[in-house]
Amino acid sequence: MSAGPHRFVSTDRRVREDRRFVAGKGRFVADIDLPHTKHVALVTCPYPAARIISIDKRRALAMPGVHYLLDGRELAAATLPLMAGLDTPNVPRRPLAVDTARYSGEWVAAVVADTRALAEDAAEEIDIRYEALPFVLDAEKAIEPGAVLVHAAHGSNVLLDRTFVWGEVENDFAASPRRLSLRVKWGRSSTVPIETFGVVANWDAWRDVLDVYASIQMPKYPDQIAMALQLPASAVRVHYDVDVGGSYGVKRGIKHSVLVSYLTRRLGFPVRLVEDRLENMRGGDAHGPERLFDVDVAFDNNGIVRSMKMRALENVGAYAGRSPFQLGKPIGAIVGPYKIKSVQYRAIAAVTNKTTQDAVRGFGQAPTNLALERAMDEVANTLGLDPLELRRRNMIRREEFPYTIPSGTTYDSGDYHTVVDKVLAHTSYDEIKTERDRLRAEGKLAGIGIAACLEPSGGNASFEPLLNPKNTTTTWMDSCRIDVDLSAAITATMHTSSAGQGHETLVATVIGEVVGRDPDSIRVVRANSLNSLPSNSPVGSRMAIMLGGAAFHAAHKLKAKLMAIGAHDLGIPLERTVYEQGNVHDRAAPEKRCTWEELVAIAHRNFHRLPEGFEPGLAVAHVYQVPTGGTLPTADGRVQMYPCFSFEFHLILLSIDPDLGAPRIVRYRLGHDCGTVINPKIVRGMTMGGIAHGIGAALYEEFAYNEDGQLIAQTFMDYLLPSSHEVPVVEIVHHETPSPHTVLGQKGSGESGYLGAPAAVANAINDAIRPLGISINALPLNVSKLGDLIADARARRGI
Amino acid sequence: MLLGANSMRIKLTVNGDEYALEIEPRTTLLDCLRDHLGLKGAHAGCEHGVCGACTVLFDGVAVRSCLIFAPQAEGTPITTIEGITPGPGELSPLQDAFCETHGMQCGYCTPAMILVAHALLADNPNPTRDDIVEAISGNLCRCTGYAQIVEAIALAADRIRGTNRPPEVRK
Amino acid sequence: MLAADESARIIAGGQTLVPMMAMRLARPTRLIDINHIAALSYIRADGDTISIGAITRQCLVERDKLIATSLPLLARAVPFIGHAATRARGTIGGSLANADPAAELPLIAITLDAVFTYRVDRRTEKIGARDFYIGPMTTSLPGDAILTSVQLPVWPGKIGVGFHEVNTRRSDFAFVATAAQVELTDDGRCKRIAIGIGAATDFPIRLATAEEKLKGSTLDAAIVKDAVVQALADVTPLSDLHASAKYRRRVAADLATRAVVDACSHALGRKLHAH
Repeated sequence: MSAGPHRFVSTDRRVREDRRFVAGKGRFVADIDLPHTKHVALVTCPYPAARIISIDKRRALAMPGVHYLLDGRELAAATLPLMAGLDTPNVPRRPLAVDTARYSGEWVAAVVADTRALAEDAAEEIDIRYEALPFVLDAEKAIEPGAVLVHAAHGSNVLLDRTFVWGEVENDFAASPRRLSLRVKWGRSSTVPIETFGVVANWDAWRDVLDVYASIQMPKYPDQIAMALQLPASAVRVHYDVDVGGSYGVKRGIKHSVLVSYLTRRLGFPVRLVEDRLENMRGGDAHGPERLFDVDVAFDNNGIVRSMKMRALENVGAYAGRSPFQLGKPIGAIVGPYKIKSVQYRAIAAVTNKTTQDAVRGFGQAPTNLALERAMDEVANTLGLDPLELRRRNMIRREEFPYTIPSGTTYDSGDYHTVVDKVLAHTSYDEIKTERDRLRAEGKLAGIGIAACLEPSGGNASFEPLLNPKNTTTTWMDSCRIDVDLSAAITATMHTSSAGQGHETLVATVIGEVVGRDPDSIRVVRANSLNSLPSNSPVGSRMAIMLGGAAFHAAHKLKAKLMAIGAHDLGIPLERTVYEQGNVHDRAAPEKRCTWEELVAIAHRNFHRLPEGFEPGLAVAHVYQVPTGGTLPTADGRVQMYPCFSFEFHLILLSIDPDLGAPRIVRYRLGHDCGTVINPKIVRGMTMGGIAHGIGAALYEEFAYNEDGQLIAQTFMDYLLPSSHEVPVVEIVHHETPSPHTVLGQKGSGESGYLGAPAAVANAINDAIRPLGISINALPLNVSKLGDLIADARARRGI
Repeated sequence: MLLGANSMRIKLTVNGDEYALEIEPRTTLLDCLRDHLGLKGAHAGCEHGVCGACTVLFDGVAVRSCLIFAPQAEGTPITTIEGITPGPGELSPLQDAFCETHGMQCGYCTPAMILVAHALLADNPNPTRDDIVEAISGNLCRCTGYAQIVEAIALAADRIRGTNRPPEVRK
Repeated sequence: MLAADESARIIAGGQTLVPMMAMRLARPTRLIDINHIAALSYIRADGDTISIGAITRQCLVERDKLIATSLPLLARAVPFIGHAATRARGTIGGSLANADPAAELPLIAITLDAVFTYRVDRRTEKIGARDFYIGPMTTSLPGDAILTSVQLPVWPGKIGVGFHEVNTRRSDFAFVATAAQVELTDDGRCKRIAIGIGAATDFPIRLATAEEKLKGSTLDAAIVKDAVVQALADVTPLSDLHASAKYRRRVAADLATRAVVDACSHALGRKLHAH
């Protein structure tokens, strides 16, 4: 672990990917034009639950430009169900519904036509007869005995119901003088990138290869396509050099991909599916968590929280997707930054007749942080303690790291109190309180909200074996390959797609740092899945750690080779070689030197000058396993999850117009510690984006359903994304507590801001309305509901 | 591509070049630029006029190209991101400013943001922060939270103003 | 052309029609593009009214000096419509004829008693705003008619305006909007007043009983609030995804009061209450 000072790492470098984007020269999936490509439009079920009685294709097939009409039965006969993470064989998931559709918007048939417009024309002409079935939308109702079953063969609507008890929970509760209970609701929202999911698949019958281009962010993507199509993965070539227009978790698109892959093999031309926004919102299976928490905390009169019980009920939607695992990941930081000694955690995943979810930024951490931070604030309120003081008393102290939490994960490092202090040095707490009081004097409701949260990073996804004992995966890796060519130029290869995280810049910077060459001279390219090394994709806030780690180690291998070649050629022992910026010289006689160019030439051309046993050329690679990974859970459900923990501390001042119920964030300060920062522009941008996203989840965004099971928020007119007006100026204060586990001390920051902003906003709103004796524990906030709540409270108080 | 009775011949002026096209009249300007003229810089984000990713300049004014049918664009000079890029591998001061502040991540909303900024600065070379925020408020970005975009436009304004003033007047 | 083809539709700015077509909710077989009819784009004084051509772009109205001085209420409201990019294409006539309950222009038209001029069967007809709006997204414009212009009266004398709306995000459709225009006597009392409420009902309404009551008064907040609350007692506000009826009723009263108080300050030359 090398924390600095550095020559390139942590310096204010430009992000090289930006160059192509500002000229409109990105390569997004919809930009790819393969000759003879045909287009898919979907036919969707209008009912939340229905039996598909018949599909009459005749009128549609007669429409101009139509080539094919695929239904669920045909696809199911030719492919395997999509992979499920849990052991739930009676809840199969397929791209097209077979006999029964289970949510309004579920795909029932696919039209293939010359253009997307013609495909949509034909989609309207398919006659499908349905028998509407009873349905259930609410998770609590879904788990009641006698509830309408979403999957009859599964026997219940519960995919997962697991209780973990870590530590002496009952004893700790009995021994604590105080306790409180709270119900917190996280509404259904998602990341909703501006680019929808798209995929083009082309089967080359002469080479037996399926080429796939997609807007993808997904581990094991080629493998899952191959499995569904019953092909070896060596027959599937996913091109990772497609630019992804934002994802933040959700772009898995596996059903889209299996669909078009089947079609291209069946039909013999490239097939393209780019979701329109309606398909995306309603049937793209990219919704996010919708979670109900019941939290009980046991604490003493000093505000020390000893124990916690948490029940998390997730409304998964009609099929499993990744959703149940989003209940498992938060286990790795279940107590947040606090020294809570024992925890009982019950995770329930319930299916309902809503759209399927996929992985959303943080993978369940943001909702869990909301529940935890609301509970902490209410503890403070109960005791009449300042909420900030309460955090200070409970937070793990710097000298206590590494710190193992009850669920078995060890937090690597942190200095939470210093981050808080730094934020308050920047803007004093008294100053903010004074401003709050001034707003109150002006007749506003005003509140201060804080949130102290962790960002687990590194992507050691051991929640998989934890929630599904049949899964014994302990390998999470990433790779980097470096080639130095005959011209002595360096090319690095990475093995996954990116969605704006600046990975090319990251790789070039790390390699440049290690080998001492200008990162701008280092080319970074992407492999495809047939010439790639193992990668697990940018998920779980892992790439700075994993791709950075792989690049670092590969670069060191390169450096070692150069030093060995130099030592051998200079006739000196290795210990006497000094490496500087690619050149090697003899410490005892500095004029005895091999330049970078000379070393490269020897490697490529002069085999007779290479050390014994050396391979020709200068190609190195490293496949990097996640630090602290590689262990399975214990019998009582304890396991190390992610290796590294970044920290964020939010401090918000929020004002509410009491007559309108309309909130406005007046001040936003964030303290952020993600260890060593490899590229400051990238990290700051991520955090700002995460905060905006969190504000959206707190105040604006919801996939609302009506009582007929119809998704009301199907377009951007009803699903409200924050614009520049809705995001306040944010001031970020930085701190760096390096991780002992990573090559440069870096931790992840891909989820920063999003993990704590909703909690901070919720706490600020509650601080503002508490003087009226009311509280709100459901996000997103609804202006009308808040307005009515305030009006009723004021009426009760005669205001 | 199937074209039949339902096609129209139109002439479009894009980035100073004239194009004669035969298209279905229901083709939006966005789809026409992308699919018929190979100009991929304008992007589809919602196709119902909210996200702004499809923005082009219509006689210098920022508009949503997904809400204009291609035949309606006859006779009006259209500018896309390709039209304000000085040359292969060259960036305008505005584009360069976006790179300097990293006013993007995935790049999907970026050409639209730049065109909106371009139109703003042509109209108002000295915008306040509020002016910038208002100007881009019709363009959604999901990655950046807007901060570094606003900074890019302010930086560009500063640099462009600086270069147009005689040396002795510059600070 | 419209008369000849039942499923033909006029397209002006397209900011409402095209999204509906993209979602296949509107399916015209033909579109008649009227954007290039120069004779329908104008802003001119016509005696004691301002006449605006139906296809005048909203952005032109936004920047127009004549409108700023003679129709300050319209000038105040236009920046609230959508975004700059939609105002660049959207037309005055398009928004007025679309009759969205939450739209700003119909609210202004109702508040100022605008008169609409339209062409049907080669005839020119006129209709007042209060007879024009008859339901949500519904006007009394005949199916094959085309709106050609709108006439808005100019109030002489010491006038002031106020406009407020509440929405989730700043540029969204409002769930309550209020508009007020007042003319004061020399000693600062209300000589004439118009109060309009938008987004709370199927189409914008006037608070006629409140207007009556407030004539001659000093227009302080308490008096105004009282009159407005009473006038709203007979109104049944909408209840939907965005806001409850209870909320709309209460907030309509509140925002109408703010709008009137602002209008009064404006008329007296004092600074407008910033929101």
